[in-house]
Amino acid sequence: MSPLLTTAILVTFGCYALAAALALTRVLRGPLVLDRVLALDLLYVYGLLIMMVLGIKYDSDAYFEGALLIALLGFVSSAAMAKFILRGEVIE
Amino acid sequence: MTMPMWVELVLAVLLVGSGVFALIAAFGVATLPTFFQRMHPPALAYTFSTWCVTLASIISASMREGKLVLHPWTIIILLSITVPVTTLLLSRAALFRRRDAGDVGIPPPLSVREQTGPSAPESGRSQVVS
Repeated sequence: MSPLLTTAILVTFGCYALAAALALTRVLRGPLVLDRVLALDLLYVYGLLIMMVLGIKYDSDAYFEGALLIALLGFVSSAAMAKFILRGEVIE
Repeated sequence: MTMPMWVELVLAVLLVGSGVFALIAAFGVATLPTFFQRMHPPALAYTFSTWCVTLASIISASMREGKLVLHPWTIIILLSITVPVTTLLLSRAALFRRRDAGDVGIPPPLSVREQTGPSAPESGRSQVVS
């Protein structure tokens, strides 16, 4: 792997880390509960992106399945949270 | 692994673009003033960042295997199905909460508007508001 790609992957990780820190400030600060849910939703997408970039960095296929799992579980948890805030119950 | 120079260049551009758009999305979520405005910037991370990273992953895996590998595309399909559902649920929850709290400028429920017109709401949630 050339220095160009290594540097690009490092820059990308830096961007993701900064973005996750900014989203975390919204989780901690958010005036509404919904703000926190929205920022958590964004955080799981950052986790997914980091898994995909790790798969490129180590040139491996195993990270893809982790990213798929993060996408599925993140959707289920966010939808359950939003449903709970909306109706007071997850499954009626 | 040996990749041609132009492939690495394409990968680098895709990765850095995804990082920059993820950063813009998080900046918007952290700084915009109201919740309904804050709902919009995550769409950048959900679409543009994920598309760029997935395309980079497809290129990298295809170079490794020596043939076209498309299974990272599953991530794009999965996210484009699930993200609108979450966003819709969140915005509905925010709308109902605002209506219950009696905020001004929130549109009334559709059922009330159809039955009695917007001027004289008689039933439903808008009674709580007024």
